[in-house]
Amino acid sequence: MSEPEPVLELENLQVRYGAVPAVHGIDLTIGEGEVVGLIGPNGAGKSSTLAAVMGLVPPSRGDIRYRGKSIIEVPTEQRAALGLALVPEGRHIFPEFSVDENLRLGLLGRRDREGSNEALETVFELFPITREFRRRTAGELSGGQQQQLAIARALVSDPDVLLLDEPSLGLAPRLVETMIDALGEIRRRGVTILLVEQRAQLTVAFADRTYAMRDGRIVLTLTPEDAQDIDRLTSAYFGT
Amino acid sequence: MRFLQTLIDALALGALFALVAMGVSLLFGVMRLVNFAYGELMTAGAYALLLTKDMATPVRIVTALAVTMALAALINVILRPFRAVPPTTSLIATFALSFLLQNLAILWFGTQGSAMEFLPDLNQAFAIGEVRVRWITLASLVIGVVLVATMALILRRTDIGLQMRAAAADFSMARVLGVRGNWVILVAFLATGFLAGAVTLALAVQRPLVTPSYGFNVLVPALVGVVVGGLDRLVAGTMGGFFVGFATVMLGQYLPPDARVFLNSALFTVVIVVLLVRPNGLFVRQTRGYERL
Repeated sequence: MSEPEPVLELENLQVRYGAVPAVHGIDLTIGEGEVVGLIGPNGAGKSSTLAAVMGLVPPSRGDIRYRGKSIIEVPTEQRAALGLALVPEGRHIFPEFSVDENLRLGLLGRRDREGSNEALETVFELFPITREFRRRTAGELSGGQQQQLAIARALVSDPDVLLLDEPSLGLAPRLVETMIDALGEIRRRGVTILLVEQRAQLTVAFADRTYAMRDGRIVLTLTPEDAQDIDRLTSAYFGT
Repeated sequence: MRFLQTLIDALALGALFALVAMGVSLLFGVMRLVNFAYGELMTAGAYALLLTKDMATPVRIVTALAVTMALAALINVILRPFRAVPPTTSLIATFALSFLLQNLAILWFGTQGSAMEFLPDLNQAFAIGEVRVRWITLASLVIGVVLVATMALILRRTDIGLQMRAAAADFSMARVLGVRGNWVILVAFLATGFLAGAVTLALAVQRPLVTPSYGFNVLVPALVGVVVGGLDRLVAGTMGGFFVGFATVMLGQYLPPDARVFLNSALFTVVIVVLLVRPNGLFVRQTRGYERL
């Protein structure tokens, strides 16, 4: 089988917050339609990597290429228009806005306005609560529903690459399963996914390949077969 | 009957202060910036009316609005490097800008006031029963109500309004979603410029003597209103502006004649009491989540 065309490439990416280094020069290539996981303990540099891809923090060194072109100088709002969408940790929905207004904001990142209705129908199908509670204030939704809204809002922008930061955080196990099912459906639609998670086993099983990060470095590459290898997962996490 | 007369005057000044307060709150919502140079927008509008004194009224109105909006856009450009600095630094920068603009006005026009004579006939009164209402009082009320309602509609019903509200609530997330931050900030500045221009037109009729501190003198009480109402919420800040305008007229009327020189002291006493009792603002509900615009 031929290698998928690279969509997102990180080359020697380094991120610093003042004097504090967060990411120590990682290399990563994600092909079209692939699902890549990033796991690791708190402070491993996973979220900083996503923030750098979205332009929320400037890399101190290295390059980020999207479809072969460097996007280091591209402002955050234009990265959305290129086809990148981020579901941040903590969801960051607009709690005082209606569900509908949250989705309308997601539509802003679309490259074409014509497909808006179709995109909304797709997310309504994928996450029925976004249709059911369309007029409700987003802050009134449960945690799981808010997470669905956050993913739906990213999806309506019709992204080529979906960046997900700890989507299972704070969700009950049953809701985590529902979310993974939804991500499976999103993957089937051809969306490339970069998934940052603390739930190692789940991520390794779901992603085409998963990188374990520790102290800002990639220390291990795992495949779905490794999901049952608890020793290997533990070592990926704790370096034992 | 006298009470009704005072009430109408108080409502009219309240409406104008509400507009000034709305401009200040709008910008604070989107940028976390209290723009002290806002007063100079009104001063610039007033000088535009002075310089176009011999022209037709529609030309004067359009010129004044164009000048206030253009100056607002210019201030946006000047303040751009200050977006990344702490709010206190940018606050001081707007202070400096305010004084710079006031001093430029002194250089160009001198400290002596000049009469701009804008629609003086609107100071004539008409009678409703025994109450006499000046046309400009009615006009101020209408301008205030229409512009507050229009701004509310724009914020609630349009795409740019949604983007401004999103930028005010979570600027970084709004950008992630594709909200163009620079565009939203420019629109907010232009809107405040338009509001400042509209207030200037109404004030110019009643206060035709333009001086370099023309707008600053209006900004200060309106700003007090914004703080009293609740700086962090557009509706609360706007209501605070209305409250101060309203209270100024009422206190001016009902304080004993020999105590009227203490009008500002009385007003600020009210402000201190309000802030002691409700530090977040008079019109802010004490809840956890709220929307700024």
